Amino acid sequence: MKICVLVKEVPDAAVQKRLDPATGRMDRGGEKNLNPYDTHAIEAAMQIKEGGVVPVEEVVAVTMGPDSAVRALHKAVSLGADRSVHLTDAALSGSDVNATGYALAKVLEREQPDLVLLGQQSDDGECYTIGAVVADHLHMPSLTQVVKLDVEDGKLRCERQAEYGYDTVAVELPAVISVGDAINEPRYPSLKAIMGAKKKPLDTLSTSDAGIESARVGVEGSKAQWTAAKAPPAKQAGQIIEDEDTNETVEKIVAWLDERKLI
Amino acid sequence: MPSILVYVLHYDGAFNKNSLGAVSEGAKLASAIGGECHAIVVGDKAGLSDELCASLGGYGATKVFRAEGPEGLAQPVVDAMAQVIRAGGHGYALFGGGLLGFEIGAGLAARLDAGVAMEITAVRAEGSKLIAERPILGDSAISEIHYKGDLGIIISRLNAFEIRETGGGAAAVEDVAVEYSPWSTKATMVQRGEQRGEQVNIEDADVLVAGGRGLGKAEGFQLCEDLAGALGGAVAATRAVVDAGWYSYSAQIGQTGKSVAPKLYLAAGISGAIQHKVGMQNSENIVAINKDANAPIFEFSDLGIVGDLNKILPKLTEAVKAKKGG
Repeated sequence: MKICVLVKEVPDAAVQKRLDPATGRMDRGGEKNLNPYDTHAIEAAMQIKEGGVVPVEEVVAVTMGPDSAVRALHKAVSLGADRSVHLTDAALSGSDVNATGYALAKVLEREQPDLVLLGQQSDDGECYTIGAVVADHLHMPSLTQVVKLDVEDGKLRCERQAEYGYDTVAVELPAVISVGDAINEPRYPSLKAIMGAKKKPLDTLSTSDAGIESARVGVEGSKAQWTAAKAPPAKQAGQIIEDEDTNETVEKIVAWLDERKLI
Repeated sequence: MPSILVYVLHYDGAFNKNSLGAVSEGAKLASAIGGECHAIVVGDKAGLSDELCASLGGYGATKVFRAEGPEGLAQPVVDAMAQVIRAGGHGYALFGGGLLGFEIGAGLAARLDAGVAMEITAVRAEGSKLIAERPILGDSAISEIHYKGDLGIIISRLNAFEIRETGGGAAAVEDVAVEYSPWSTKATMVQRGEQRGEQVNIEDADVLVAGGRGLGKAEGFQLCEDLAGALGGAVAATRAVVDAGWYSYSAQIGQTGKSVAPKLYLAAGISGAIQHKVGMQNSENIVAINKDANAPIFEFSDLGIVGDLNKILPKLTEAVKAKKGG
């Protein structure tokens, strides 16, 4: 089995996120890191590989993004991927969800994976949809927010929480699965793996290398056009208490609740 | 004049509330842009009677497309909606949020090369176009999405649209024979709607004490149980702890759980992710206890306590008991 894991570089969670006022899009400058949700997808791939139910020949990390996205690939490799593919091209900048999914699908077509894994959402865009887009472009079955994933009789057995409780779904391979963060506890990379990550094979592809039609990507190729952001209706900020003396804090909470007749 | 096609989810003989909200909103928007609001249902026809389908007319749908197909899976619905839109030339597809809505909307965008936006909280009409509003960056700003091309796909945030009965008559019901894509039938439902943990009723409680990952372990819920007992309320939970098996699914708040609006919502060890927020933000009073001063929940709580819940909750329980007794 060959597994491709789609990863993304996102602004570090500790860094204040902001918008570019000119374009209304996310300012993607500043400190970056591997999307924390993607580490669960890599871990899921590693657990299939180490689980021994099916032989896994290769785990490949794939990303689309500017030059700096290489660091997210290095992190993915340090967590266990065997090699990585970086789709990078100025023409891709400003791609919406569908254009991004199309471009990633073109890269995956070259790789011919049996299983595509990704995290349930990106930490920056809060978008849980890329897996379903990629799957339709690849003509593969797909399921998102999977919290238990097993390979059984050459098929996947997936569990997830949906609108009416937990669903168990059998999915034939090849397939695109996005995993929820409850699926596993990602491992920490060893120092040796971190040091060795830059030596693992890395393919860098342009849109033409990947056979991507440039008219279908970038700002022009995107059908959803994001415009400048505005401020939401003002909401009165709540009161904040830093707990220093817990007895005092509790007194304040009780008084607050009592004032509102909640006790 | 563009018409709007709304996906309507059903389960066990009833339509999903968020889908009914989407039909209501779709009807309002369709009349603003001079089109009609149509609905589509996919499932076992035995559970989709003419009468049930036609009842969507009461929320403003003029026509309901009914397709026989598997339930609870997104890709067959993508096939059905793509077929109906290709034939009917709908200008917009609308979803009332929820997991399936996200998956179907995204798949449909790929299939019909359309723009898609999710987590939409408001839609407005400008001429014959619809413009969607999406809060971003932890709801600190709102972006607008304009669509180009023949179709725009709008996936709302949970509870974004109000259910409105228009008093409209029965909608016309039209059966569609869908040719399913080979890949759409490669995922099959083994078991649907399994309830994990005991059944609890949290929707009628005036006071909810909700616990999240910050409780540290399943046993941490005892602190919530004790406080809820003292306050005369019930205990709720986040998806993370339900998925981890710490608490019952029936007590879960948020995207794939319940939506509640109690008089008091006390969140203990909950960071306040959007998926949780959508299920509880209409609570009258929100109190949050979290050790992380940067937790998003403090941005929408009325009273926030930065501190260790293991220290605060037991003392708060005692103080509430003393207050009630006194």
